[in-house]
Amino acid sequence: MASTFELPGSYKKWTLGLIIAGALAIVWGLIMYHPFSPVTHGAGHDAHASVNATRFWAVLLQNSVFWLLVVNASMFFLCITTMAMGGWQVALRRVPEAISSVVPILGVIAFVVLLAIIMGHRTDIYHWLDKDAVAADKILNGKKSFLNPAFFLIVSGVSIFLWWFLGRKMRSMSLESDKTGPMDYETAKAWIWKNTVWASLFSVTFGLTVASTIPWLWLMSIDAHWYSTMYSWYTFASTFVSGMSLIAIFVIWLKNRGQLEYVTEEHLHDIGKFMFAFSIFWTYLWFSQYMLIWYSNQPEETKYFVERIGTAEKSGPYYGIFFLNLVLNFLCPLLILMKRGVKRNWTMVTLMGILIIFGHWIDLYQMIMPGTLHEHAQMNLFEFGVPCIFIGIIMWGVGRYLTANSLVPKNHPFLKESMIHHT
Amino acid sequence: MAGGQKKFVVGCFDDEAVLFPAVKKVRKAGYKIHDVYTPFPVHGLDHAMGLRETSIHTAGFIYAITGTTTAVAFISWIFTKDWPLNIGGKPHFALPAWIPITFELTVLFAAVGMVLTFCYLCNLAPFVKKHVFHPRATDDLFVMAIECTDKTNEAEVQSFLSNAGAIEINIQVAETGWWIGRYDREQKLYKEEVGY
Repeated sequence: MASTFELPGSYKKWTLGLIIAGALAIVWGLIMYHPFSPVTHGAGHDAHASVNATRFWAVLLQNSVFWLLVVNASMFFLCITTMAMGGWQVALRRVPEAISSVVPILGVIAFVVLLAIIMGHRTDIYHWLDKDAVAADKILNGKKSFLNPAFFLIVSGVSIFLWWFLGRKMRSMSLESDKTGPMDYETAKAWIWKNTVWASLFSVTFGLTVASTIPWLWLMSIDAHWYSTMYSWYTFASTFVSGMSLIAIFVIWLKNRGQLEYVTEEHLHDIGKFMFAFSIFWTYLWFSQYMLIWYSNQPEETKYFVERIGTAEKSGPYYGIFFLNLVLNFLCPLLILMKRGVKRNWTMVTLMGILIIFGHWIDLYQMIMPGTLHEHAQMNLFEFGVPCIFIGIIMWGVGRYLTANSLVPKNHPFLKESMIHHT
Repeated sequence: MAGGQKKFVVGCFDDEAVLFPAVKKVRKAGYKIHDVYTPFPVHGLDHAMGLRETSIHTAGFIYAITGTTTAVAFISWIFTKDWPLNIGGKPHFALPAWIPITFELTVLFAAVGMVLTFCYLCNLAPFVKKHVFHPRATDDLFVMAIECTDKTNEAEVQSFLSNAGAIEINIQVAETGWWIGRYDREQKLYKEEVGY
């Protein structure tokens, strides 16, 4: 069923503006940073050119991975609430559906970026691409069975395909229910069961990819010698809390446009709880990773933090960003979102949503840059320009889905539960 | 043991759906509800009764901060002033290692503090007894106690409650505060009540 909702002109302008700004940044990078020049190891003029090429790929990797995982988190949110027989989110579930409909687009972009890094033999991003170095290196040799181009690309491709395929199934079941009309008890029961089965398939896939293997391959293999068993959970928590924030922002935006009539402060409160709880969860994982490495104090493990904060004698280049990360993603959500009134305040949740997304974007920045650009990382127009195109694409995809479909899943068996929901 | 004797009109309801409008009507009519006793927590009843939002979470926050401060202050005093130990070559002021303990003490102070505050506010303690308006308030009845003043016309309140759907109405003169006593000795047990 077609929606009566039409995108306001300002939304379209912003979407177009952001896409153009981001595209300009990428074109600028393509022209000025010579991203396809071969990697050089050495000093002088070549080294400078090489740094710029590395910067191009590192920034692209950061943004494509971050935004893909953030939009994919929406589908995970839908699936876990489906499996938990949750009713409260039904009134707003078209929003996460719309966000997750961007997964195939960002998935293809991320895959192209990874393909370019692998095929372009960017050993400055993934050290393990260097066959000679791997052969001479006992540790990298041991990881050869999964840190190799073929395995990397196949697992990446299959994961992105599964996120798209299973997510599409979830969305199509929801959209079909609009057409079939109100369900009787038996039909509704069968329909919920079907949803539960597909949701669990997605969740298992999600657990085996986002919450374990994918961060190992895409991000942790930048520091190929180093490993942390917390890393994937950490990435998952980071992107899930950003995903919840993105849902909150779109819900509030639609509410401001006079849509989503059944969504009230109660629903906002629950989204706010997710943002609060998963910020704390993220900190728990951050701390677990940090403290164990700090405590055992083994050079091959502490290297990761030395590259970021430095040592007692000399602080590292990422000292500021490392602690800013904690302030933005732990202290602010903890102290600001703690109060009930804040979680029920539309303005405050919007502000916190933007803050959390920015904070975790910074988080991914400090996960990727130290291992690739070392002390040459910058935070400049290019770094802020590239995310524009990703935000623009998300806005475009979400807008398209929201205008093409009804904003309320009116035949969902749990809709009434959502309408009368109060915490 | 503050309080003293007061007179109450007590109405018993057997349905939540009747109780809510009754509470609204009684308040609208200007009667003072002493309290409503329910067998289980009833969502939204506090709003219907016009009770103010509890401050126990603010108290919890203060207890938690106290716990955090206690932990950090005490551990740092021990490890940097009182008894500095070299543990694995770590600095004496080893903040990361203290975070778990700090966290635990924060939770402990908040939890214990809130439970004790709750018990204090509700006069809950061993051998502390309060008047029970109806034994079935712990089983299957919602019991509303309306406080009477000199001006209250009890007969009017009784008929008002019966119109509002109360299934059982009586007048009790009861102690409003607490006293030292034992429920098992002083209170007639549920099974001994005639007629139930």
